[in-house]
Amino acid sequence: MALPLVYNLESVRARWTSTVVAVLGIAGSVGVFVAMLALAKGFQAALVSAGSEENAMVRRAGATSEMDSAITIEQLDVIEEAGEVQRAAGGAMVSPEVVVVAALPLKKSGTDANVQVRGVTLRALEVHDKVKIVEGRFFTPGLLELVVGKNAKDAYRGVAVGDGVKLGGAVWAVVGSFDAGGSAFDSEIWCDANLLNSTYQRPAGIHQSVTARLSSPGALEGLQRRFAADPRMRVRVERETEYYLKASQMMTTFIRVLGSLVALVMALGAVFAALNTMYSAVAERSREIATIRALGFGAGAVIVSFVIEAMLVAGVGGVIGCLAALPLNGLVTQTMNFQTFSHLSFAFRVTPAVMGMGLLFGLFMGLVGGLPPAIRAARLPVAEALRDL
Amino acid sequence: MKFLPLLFANLLRRKVRTILTVGSFAVALFLFCLLVTIRAAFNQGVDVAGADRLLVINKVSLIQPLPIAYRDRIQRQPGVKEVTYANWFGGVYQDEKNFFAQFAIDAETYRTLYPEFLVPEDQWKAFLADKQGAVAGKATADRFGWKIGDRIPIQGAIFPGDWQFNLRGIYTGRRPNDDLTQFWFRWDYLTEKAPPWAKNFAGWYTVRIAPGADAVQVARAVDEGFANSAWETRTQSEATFMASFVEQMGNIGFLMAAIGTVVFFTLLLVTGNTMAISVRERTGELAVLKTVGFSDRAVLALVMGESLLLAVLGGALGIGLAKGFTLAGDPTNGMLVSFYLPPWGIMAGASLALAVGLLAGLLPAVSAMRLQVVEALRRL
Repeated sequence: MALPLVYNLESVRARWTSTVVAVLGIAGSVGVFVAMLALAKGFQAALVSAGSEENAMVRRAGATSEMDSAITIEQLDVIEEAGEVQRAAGGAMVSPEVVVVAALPLKKSGTDANVQVRGVTLRALEVHDKVKIVEGRFFTPGLLELVVGKNAKDAYRGVAVGDGVKLGGAVWAVVGSFDAGGSAFDSEIWCDANLLNSTYQRPAGIHQSVTARLSSPGALEGLQRRFAADPRMRVRVERETEYYLKASQMMTTFIRVLGSLVALVMALGAVFAALNTMYSAVAERSREIATIRALGFGAGAVIVSFVIEAMLVAGVGGVIGCLAALPLNGLVTQTMNFQTFSHLSFAFRVTPAVMGMGLLFGLFMGLVGGLPPAIRAARLPVAEALRDL
Repeated sequence: MKFLPLLFANLLRRKVRTILTVGSFAVALFLFCLLVTIRAAFNQGVDVAGADRLLVINKVSLIQPLPIAYRDRIQRQPGVKEVTYANWFGGVYQDEKNFFAQFAIDAETYRTLYPEFLVPEDQWKAFLADKQGAVAGKATADRFGWKIGDRIPIQGAIFPGDWQFNLRGIYTGRRPNDDLTQFWFRWDYLTEKAPPWAKNFAGWYTVRIAPGADAVQVARAVDEGFANSAWETRTQSEATFMASFVEQMGNIGFLMAAIGTVVFFTLLLVTGNTMAISVRERTGELAVLKTVGFSDRAVLALVMGESLLLAVLGGALGIGLAKGFTLAGDPTNGMLVSFYLPPWGIMAGASLALAVGLLAGLLPAVSAMRLQVVEALRRL
């Protein structure tokens, strides 16, 4: 027969100070655990959401990122003529892009940070269809004009619409800003590809990557086969989402490793706290437990009851931890993207899955912290404990 | 001191609780040291920056190169003692995950500008004698199990192709937090195999200013010398350059520190609570001590002593474990250039442990001191 839950609730209430300490310990660990997961998740989401399942990205074979890739004008022609690429009015849905890095002062500290500058054509808005102009207008090809992503606009000084920005020895006019739905593009500045090439004294006609809209999401393999058979195309073709997933890997691993390390150490501390609380509960209640046993409740019922009590404490701690981490959701923070050496803004993402993992983590701590004291409680010699009365 | 056995006897009475409390202390201190180490790793570049070194980079951005002809022009600037240059290679060893910094260096001058990196003389000579020679930091060599004489293939990315290097030397650092992850090879090998444009460009220049010269003035003179050219420069002290890098890595380091502080104080709460419980349980015993003639102060000292002993034991354990953990190396596999617990971290941790021991013991100790013997004995 099982002990009623009210018994546990009452006993938790009777020793509320040590319960509060145990709850806080577990809440702290769960909060940090959730915050770290949300950070890693947010970083990944910012990069991955930049990509589209329907787009293929073409880079030079062997290039590690867009920064060190190159696609010649001849190769661009081949890509534009490929049958797997979707066509629209005025030609193929292909966006050749140039990527450089410029140093601009951060609003926050005044020190320079690297902002990624992407040279594109008018096609870019059609191929990257999540990117929308929200203020002003898109740049005019052939003019020294640029548009800024919404996170870049918030992060750097002097890039508001109407400002002039010095990039690579020329002054560019900011004519608009765009929203890319929180993706990595939001940390970028876009302008005319050919002008960017010439102001950065790069060889004309060389792009760094080409993004092509596929005629169907399944057309990627056909495109890969076509280019593999073409001796002119020493390129790597990837789905755009895959490229960005890989690009985020190093940083997310880094956050995850350090974050789990910290959370694990904290969990150990919280388990100690839970153990201490439960052990002193058992010690203080030895007479009570003996009475329960004398009434006819079995050892199993006592173990279950104590474990439930520990889990109750842990569950409350877990919920508080998750709730404490919840306000982080959507908070925009910045870090360096090591793959491109540029500064990237992203938002914490406290998803239900992340919170679920945090809660499980808390309950697990309760189990580990509650089981040994529960076993001790069940093993108390009934007669001796009652004699203490 | 003669009461030390009594303190230990008290602690040993409830072994599980003592172990758990010492354990909580140890965990808190371990965490503190871990966070100090992570912070230090983020700031490593600033901490080891040479005070007399300036970095000359392209004004447009770090990744734009500078003409090699600038070397002589910088050298001629008053206040400049020595100049060296290097290129970022950015190749891939086996897999993109195996990241480490690769520099094509001007072998003759690089070593004089970076005296903190130590290479045995015979290894350095072998490096100078072999055009495909390379020198790796000890951390990177250990990570991949490289030995001197190994042939190391690296897939070029910025400079395409299959590059082969012979490991001729392994460098160590003069200080414990020097960056031991770099991989150097010869600039003349780079220009031999790279596309023709690479011959005329260096990635950046490192300048050592003459003793007594004003770093700010030298930096301004260098930048003014190249103003309005096609390749304008930005010259800054190594520390400033590194600081702007840290600034960009930004919030992550700060977040970790903030989180760690919260956690640390939570754990303190736990410890303090345990001590209070343990004093409360022994009320009768303390009353007996007073009855047999212990003064109020002696009882206060005994309780405080117990609390401090727990703090010392737990603190020492936590710091010791943290030191051992950091010596075992970087857990992120190469993302942090150094993973080193600085002495100030150990000192700060030890003082924190003592302070917590004092604070946690204070309240129970004072209540023990104020204990009315008759009252307490009646409760028995």
